[in-house]
Amino acid sequence: MAKSSDVLFSPIFKENPIALQVLGICSALAVTSKLYPTLIMCVALTATVTLSNFFISLIRNITPSNIRIIVQMTIISSLVIIVDQLLKAYDYETSKTLSVFVGLIITNCIVMGRAEAYAMQNGPYMSLLDGLGNGLGYSVILIIVASIRELIGSGQLLDKQILPLASDGGWYVSNNFFLLPPSSFIIIGLFIWFLRSWKTDQIEVSEFKMSKNAPKEIKVDHA
Amino acid sequence: MLENYLSIFINAVFIENIALSVFLGMCTFIAISKKIDAAIGLGIAVIVIIGITVPLNNLIYTYILREGALSWLGYPNVSLEFVGLISYIGVIAATVQILEMFLDKYVPVLYNALGIFLPLITVNCAILGASLFMVEKSLAFGESVVYGLGAGVGWALAIAMLAGIREKLKYSDIPDGLEGLGITFITVGLMCFGFMSFGGISL
Repeated sequence: MAKSSDVLFSPIFKENPIALQVLGICSALAVTSKLYPTLIMCVALTATVTLSNFFISLIRNITPSNIRIIVQMTIISSLVIIVDQLLKAYDYETSKTLSVFVGLIITNCIVMGRAEAYAMQNGPYMSLLDGLGNGLGYSVILIIVASIRELIGSGQLLDKQILPLASDGGWYVSNNFFLLPPSSFIIIGLFIWFLRSWKTDQIEVSEFKMSKNAPKEIKVDHA
Repeated sequence: MLENYLSIFINAVFIENIALSVFLGMCTFIAISKKIDAAIGLGIAVIVIIGITVPLNNLIYTYILREGALSWLGYPNVSLEFVGLISYIGVIAATVQILEMFLDKYVPVLYNALGIFLPLITVNCAILGASLFMVEKSLAFGESVVYGLGAGVGWALAIAMLAGIREKLKYSDIPDGLEGLGITFITVGLMCFGFMSFGGISL
């Protein structure tokens, strides 16, 4: 069963949906200022992408190809409505924090992208694993970004004070930069840099490479 | 009246820019911003689709889905809000499809220019997001038209700017691992900080 473990684990670092396939970025940025809502979001997305891959793959042979987008959309949005209603019923506070982003799982490109790229060609069991793997790959990045932001931004993890704040008599001065949404772009950018230095086959080739014999420093003559 | 519309428009374009302040439509925003021409084409397509679907979804919400909206049928206590998501995405998918067929038949020049971008737009979260924000802000019909156009213009503006920066960026010497996607993320992050400075403006 080497193949199924491949399908399950390769999206986590080797073909990460966010860092390599550029899918599902919107929610990665907007919901990551605290760890707890992020975890809920990860569970919601992983459940949706796993189940939608499974159902789309089940009916792939009887779906006419020219209306497949609408069929996929219907399946995905029904699943998202269920997730949304469950969240409103059992964790209303978090569903308020996530606001429109639960609904936006419908247009999260990971769900659509995997349905189109994998579930339409493969059997239900493998599609289930592929969905789960991609959900986990997405979750890994979100959890890393959210942990960094919450820890540096407010010295907390899951609302527990890890670093005692200077305002409460501790030593840590919180860095509010990390609570601002744009900081998540920078964290993801640096994460991609880290990931690609580790897995060098993911590096993109520059269109205009510096030539080898270009001068390392340009000397400016201040005459 | 006019002031209200103007403030909604300015608010949607700059202060709550749908790409750079609410982070919607990021996937296409980053994937299709390598060339300015393509970015502007996609931007125009988004303006058109958002400008049509937000008011349409507003009508659907007001007259069918909202609690008490079905009282003209004799069901004053029915609220269909839970099927909101599926109806909005249905409207968006249908609009994109109809517009594509319409342009193909009557305006082939525009169809060829926008061709490949139109189907992409169904899964652009900026479109669905704008409809969901419209419901959350409980806008009236007239306001939703202005809000839709403003959101589209804001998104188009942002992608055109990013494409401009990226066209210059490809001549610079970037560390290997940061090449491409990595540096784009950091650029977008810095652009977002720029747009945050609009946050202090109150209209």
